[in-house]
Amino acid sequence: MSGPAVTAQTTEAPTLGGSPPLCRYALRLGDLGLILGQRLGEWVGHAPVLEEDLGLANVSLDLIGQARLLLTYAGEVEGRGRSEDDLAFLREQGEYLNPTLVEQPNGDFGETIVRQVLIDAFQLALYERLTSSADERIAAIAEKAVKETRYHLRYSSNWLVRLGDGTPESHARVQSSLERLWRYTAELFEEDDLDRDMAARGIAPRLADVHGAWSRSVEEILAEATLERPRDVPYSWFGKRGEHSEHLGYILTDMQYLQRAHPGARW
Amino acid sequence: MSAAFPTAEFPQAVGGCSALDADARAAAAWRALAQVEDPEIPALSIVELGIVRFAQVRSDSTLGIGLSPTYTGCPATEHIESKVREALDAAGVGPFAITRVLSPAWSSDWITPEGRRKLADYGIVPPPPAASWGRRASLAAIACPRCGSTRTECTSQFGSTPCKALHRCRDCLEPFESFKCL
Repeated sequence: MSGPAVTAQTTEAPTLGGSPPLCRYALRLGDLGLILGQRLGEWVGHAPVLEEDLGLANVSLDLIGQARLLLTYAGEVEGRGRSEDDLAFLREQGEYLNPTLVEQPNGDFGETIVRQVLIDAFQLALYERLTSSADERIAAIAEKAVKETRYHLRYSSNWLVRLGDGTPESHARVQSSLERLWRYTAELFEEDDLDRDMAARGIAPRLADVHGAWSRSVEEILAEATLERPRDVPYSWFGKRGEHSEHLGYILTDMQYLQRAHPGARW
Repeated sequence: MSAAFPTAEFPQAVGGCSALDADARAAAAWRALAQVEDPEIPALSIVELGIVRFAQVRSDSTLGIGLSPTYTGCPATEHIESKVREALDAAGVGPFAITRVLSPAWSSDWITPEGRRKLADYGIVPPPPAASWGRRASLAAIACPRCGSTRTECTSQFGSTPCKALHRCRDCLEPFESFKCL
C-alpha cells in the first residue's frame, strides 16, 4: 500500500453496498468472531483469577483465528484486493456485520459468561450445519471452527452452571444478565434477504433449524444452572445489517487506533 | 499491497536439485520436516504432532507441502511455516509450495505414538481419543504424569498455549499440563 493520508484512505475505502452476497455473509460470520474476540481481550489482566484470564484469552484467540480465515475469504470473494487486515481495521462502523449481542459490554464475569453461552451455542449450531455448506471454503472453515466452538461451549456452560446453581448472589447476578442480554438473541435467528439467498443456494442453513438446535442446547444448560429462560421481547436490533448499538464505535476506536494513526503499519 | 493471504501458496524457487527424482525429493522433505520442532513443545517434531498432511511432487515438478493448523488462532502457525521453509531450503529439495489444509480438520488423534510417548516424557499428558470426548466428559480423572495418581483436578480448561489445559495432582500436589483433545 502506498500510504495515503488517513482521511484519503477512509473516504476512498470501498463500501459494502455493491459487494457480492457471499462476501457479506462471510463478513457476518467473521465479524462476530472479530468483535467478540476483541471484547474478550479486554479481560486480559483483569479476570477474577489467572486461570480464567487464560481461558477467556484462549477463546478470544480462537475467535480471532476464525475471523482471519473468514475475512480473508470475504476479501477474495469481493475481488477488490482487500486483505483481512484492511477489512478488520479500515471499515466504518456501518460496514461491520456482527450481531449486536457480541458488542455488548463485558459487565462482570458472570455477564461475560452469559453472553458467551448464548453465542457459543449459536456458533456451534451454525457451524455444525455449515460443515455441509455448498461453498467448499466455508465448509472447511466450519469444520475447523466447530471443534474449537465445542470446547468454548463446554467452558462457558460449565461456568454458567456453577454461577447459576451457586450462591444466591451469583444466581441473582447471572439471571439478571440473562434478562439484560436475551433481547439481543432474536436477531441471530431473524432471516433477512441475505440469509434467505444463502440458504437457497445451499451455502448456509435455514436459521429456523439453527434456532431449534440453539433453543434445545440453551434450555438444557439453563435448566442445569437453575436459571429461567427470559421471555422473548419484540425485536429491534440489526447489527448484522450494519445498524449497531452505541457500543461498537468505542470498540472500533480502540481496535482501529493503530491503523488509523499509522496507515499500513505492519508487524 | 501484500497478497499474503493465509491460504495462499508460497512458491519458492530453489535451484540445483534436478538430479533428485520425485520420490527422493519427497523422502528428503519428510526427513527435513521430521527435524522441525514445534515451537511451543520442542520435545515434539511437527511430523509427530501430525500437522504435516502431505509432501508430494506435483505434475509441474513443484514439491507440494500440506500443513494443518492445530488451532485457527495459534500464533505459532506462521512461525512453523517459516521454519519449514528454512528446513526445506537447507535440505535442497527443489522448488516447493506450502499449502494450509483446513479440511479434514486436524485432530489430536493424529499425534503419532512416538509423539505421544515424547509428550508424556516431557511431562504433558497426551490427549484422550477425540471420539470419547463431549461437553460433559470429565477432565478430572487424568493420571498425574509424576506420581501416577488419578486423584487429580482440572484447574483450567485452558493453559499457556491453545493446545493445553492445566491440572493439579491431589496426592503429590504438583501442577501439570495435559494436551487438549480436539
